[in-house]
Amino acid sequence: MTRKYGVLLVSHVSKIVDGLSLLLNEVARDVSITTAGGTDDDGIGSSFDKIQAAVNANKAEEILAFYDLGSSKMNLEMVKEVSEKPITIFDTAFIESAYTASALLQAGVSIDEVKKQLEPLKIK
Amino acid sequence: MLTVENTIKWLDLFADKVAAEKDYLSELDQAIGDGDHGANMSRGTAAMKEALGKQNFGTVQDVLKTAAMSLLSKIGGASGPLYGSALIGMAKEAGNADTDLTSIVQAGADGIQKRGKAEPGDKTMVDVWLTVLHALKEGKLTDAVIDQAVQATAPLKAKKGRASYLGDRSVGHIDPGAMSSGYLFKCLIAGGIL
Ligand SMILES: Nc1ncnc2c1ncn2[C@@H]1O[C@H](COP(=O)(O)OP(=O)(O)O)[C@@H](O)[C@H]1O
Ligand SMILES: [Mg+2]
Repeated sequence: MTRKYGVLLVSHVSKIVDGLSLLLNEVARDVSITTAGGTDDDGIGSSFDKIQAAVNANKAEEILAFYDLGSSKMNLEMVKEVSEKPITIFDTAFIESAYTASALLQAGVSIDEVKKQLEPLKIK
Repeated sequence: MLTVENTIKWLDLFADKVAAEKDYLSELDQAIGDGDHGANMSRGTAAMKEALGKQNFGTVQDVLKTAAMSLLSKIGGASGPLYGSALIGMAKEAGNADTDLTSIVQAGADGIQKRGKAEPGDKTMVDVWLTVLHALKEGKLTDAVIDQAVQATAPLKAKKGRASYLGDRSVGHIDPGAMSSGYLFKCLIAGGIL
């Protein structure tokens, strides 16, 4: 059964989020994980349109978003402002926190508990 | 005062200037970032110019909104959401009945700061926007003021954006986004809009 909360990964490089989602899918089979990596033409950077598409493609009702560097965050925030799906953006260590969230969501842990576990991973 | 015609002229001039200085902007970004600011800005402003040439606009707000969307979705670096937020803010302000250029630029600077959280002195485009804003309020905006604001970013240590990862190593280089923002305001003067 798909979980209520999904995971969104945003990076400057599409291979980074491709690789990271492989890692996460292994421990979070029922969590919808979607990705936005790189610019529209698959260069290095971030794309408002790709992030918006990844939000729409995510099967969950609410989204926990993780990102690599600052400009991914700025684009994420712009998408969040126009999105109907609630999005929570985490300023946490990218790989570790996305892994933690995915594994806990798969285990059916409450969202409050997930957020609590992510707190010590805040680095930005 | 901004009109549909002179706003398009202003932004077209900006696109031409960015295209001409593309390599230089990337060179500045090479020193303290990833070397793509020229490519980012020229991709974004070329898309903006194309979008502005394709339709007839009824209001300054529509012009600025269309420009914002092109920059936001085509630039691809941090400057995409930053210039996008600036122009979205400016478009909103342009919709108010008794607005003026200073209030519009103020709304643009607010948009950038809301998005990127940079303060003056952080060695970003914000430094140029705020100096220009101050000069506009005093009625003293000139090319020299703009040049000075851009050059003044060189001795600063970057606190925001990719250059901030370099710490002290960012000192001694002009901020690329400050340079491109300088072009934007020089085009305001060159276009005779002031
Ligand atoms: N948080 C921020 N606030 C204001 N301006 C910023 C911020 N982060 C970056 N910038 C500006 O963006 C410029 C870099 O843009 P660009 O090279 O296109 O993006 P990226 O850094 O993603 O490669 C910097 O020179 C700086 O002026
Ligand atoms: Mg760059």
